[in-house]
Amino acid sequence: MARKLLLTHIDVPGINTLEVYRQKGGYRAVEKALKSMSPDDVLEEVKKSGLRGRGGAGFPTGMKWSFLAKPEGVARYLVCNADESEPGTFKDRYLMTHIPHALIEGMIVSSYALGTATSYIYVRGEMMPQIRILEQAIAEAKNAGLLGKNILGSGYDLEIFVHPGGGAYICGEETALLESLEGKRGNPRIKPPFPAVSGLYGCPTVVNNVESIASVVPIINDGGDEYAKIGIGRSTGTKLISAGGNLRKPGVYEIELGLPVEEFIYSDEYCGGIADGKRLKAVVAGGSSVPILPANLILKTSTGESRLMSYESLAEGGFETGTMMGSGGFIAFDEDQCIVRNTYNFTRFYRHESCGQCSPCREGTGWMEKILYNIEHGQASPQDIDLLWDIQRNIEGNTICPLGDAAAWPVAAAIRHFRDEFEWHINNPQEAQTKNFGLAHYADPLAPLAE
Amino acid sequence: MLSVKENLIVNFSAELLKSFTEIVSRYPEGKQKSALLPILHLVQEEYGWVSTDAMDKVASFLSIQPVEVYEVASFYTMYFLEPRGKYNLEVCRTGPCCLVGAERIMKYIEDKLGVKEGEVTEDGLFSWRGVECSAACGYGPVLQIGPEYTYYENLTEEKVDQLISELKQKVQNT
Ligand SMILES: Cc1cc2nc3c(=O)[nH]c(=O)nc-3n(C[C@H](O)[C@H](O)[C@H](O)COP(=O)(O)O)c2cc1C
Ligand code: SF4
Ligand code: FES
Repeated sequence: MARKLLLTHIDVPGINTLEVYRQKGGYRAVEKALKSMSPDDVLEEVKKSGLRGRGGAGFPTGMKWSFLAKPEGVARYLVCNADESEPGTFKDRYLMTHIPHALIEGMIVSSYALGTATSYIYVRGEMMPQIRILEQAIAEAKNAGLLGKNILGSGYDLEIFVHPGGGAYICGEETALLESLEGKRGNPRIKPPFPAVSGLYGCPTVVNNVESIASVVPIINDGGDEYAKIGIGRSTGTKLISAGGNLRKPGVYEIELGLPVEEFIYSDEYCGGIADGKRLKAVVAGGSSVPILPANLILKTSTGESRLMSYESLAEGGFETGTMMGSGGFIAFDEDQCIVRNTYNFTRFYRHESCGQCSPCREGTGWMEKILYNIEHGQASPQDIDLLWDIQRNIEGNTICPLGDAAAWPVAAAIRHFRDEFEWHINNPQEAQTKNFGLAHYADPLAPLAE
Repeated sequence: MLSVKENLIVNFSAELLKSFTEIVSRYPEGKQKSALLPILHLVQEEYGWVSTDAMDKVASFLSIQPVEVYEVASFYTMYFLEPRGKYNLEVCRTGPCCLVGAERIMKYIEDKLGVKEGEVTEDGLFSWRGVECSAACGYGPVLQIGPEYTYYENLTEEKVDQLISELKQKVQNT
């Protein structure tokens, strides 16, 4: 069995309560940090751990914290990003539902390290059940003297508030999130200045993902060096992967980074293979924004090495033959799925979620959606594929926030790896209405592992 | 753009105003505008939607301009600027859910309720719409119903039938 750090006690009845969470060793990290460590000691352990942001970009958390400006007499903020809306991603909801205190404990330790007196958890508004759960957990912690004034007699004061969003994927982008938290529309800000210098209310701010913050707890309990021993290379520790699509056992799994993709998909400890005995066609490994890969390239890199669930291995080959870890939203497509239809669906999503500030994103996503609709519905011409390629290329890198890239990459990857499926749709408009292209040469190169 | 078809004159109860004040206290002095999104959720929970009059009164409560409320309420998808059914079924229509049959479920709901997306059934009980990824992709197809936003996962036609009759029953019993 793989080592677990976040979900160790997930199956313990009542682990959502403070009492059971403490019986299982919960809030030891708060005691240790506040009673025996300085804020800089905590930062040092997080740096040593090699923890990388689990929200999507994979930026080292310790380094992000060390950039936080600390002018005298100015408030600083920690804001937890619990907006979780990247298609394919549902790990933060799982963690907050079942072990809310893991997030609250991580928030206390992280806030202490950063020197904040008030910290916020920005939760997407549709997660009303999770908002209630977190508010309950905060009230319990406060009752136990783990929050509020003079926590555990350390002299450190902290309040944590939960803030609901209003339904907008763009508010997961950190500067849009800050705008939203200030009671405005979720329009991303131009960077620089970065939030570390000018964030919430113009004050220095750190924004971190739920899982990043929860990971600080085992890092403080066991030490950064111990954490860094798990994983592979610069991909240290464990990662929550939310697996969906056509899998026998979809769900949230905690893996040690470095697990082979093949084992993750086919072994019974994880996803148990493809549902209904079908074959694997393609995978989106890290949420809808990352490039889709055909089965042969997700299981092995272009050099024939086994592909691993790590930041480096997933990215091996660049965008030509690789993809990204992203948020850990793992989506498996079986042989009967249509890549054109899915690309159209994703593009419709990005058009719907574009905040509209930059023309390449606002106009480009709408234009791509129309062309993809036409291809899917047998109303396109052969030049449309090249047009689509041009549009996505002109969005990438030309926008205020990365949503533009996130909309461009899935289209580029679908054309790159599945061009003949697009061509088939265009050349066989009638047939494409009633039947799917199927596997063709993307066939799963590996037999399923023995049961 | 704020296209107003209908208004509803509201009078916030003392209890509601007390909750507003508690929410404002979570933010620093002078940053009361931060309370806008959570307050709009409470307004919608109370009245089922957010009317112009309600937005005007929220603006004056927060000492901000009405337009600051309109632009926010119209930006976010969760706020309804016109009445919906008592139960608004929000079905996820994003890629991963479509891999496991979300489109079929949406069509089934449309046929069963006999109303198109965004419309309300004659008895005022139901409406439905497609929404984007609800962070439940491993348990799709999935729908949510406000204001509690309870999740209904791994939907089948049978589960939809059952849910709708349960909700009808609930109304009859009250
Ligand atoms: C369009 C867009 C959506 C995003 N959505 C999320 C999200 O839902 N949750 C999240 O943690 N990060 C999201 N991010 C990444 C955040 O901007 C930010 O990098 C992250 O919260 C930082 O936390 P981390 O360093 O702990 O990963 C999104 C980014 C973009 C561009
Ligand atoms: S890239 Fe798109 S979402 Fe991001 S700021 Fe520009 S228009 Fe808005
Ligand atoms: S795609 Fe439906 S919940 Fe994520």
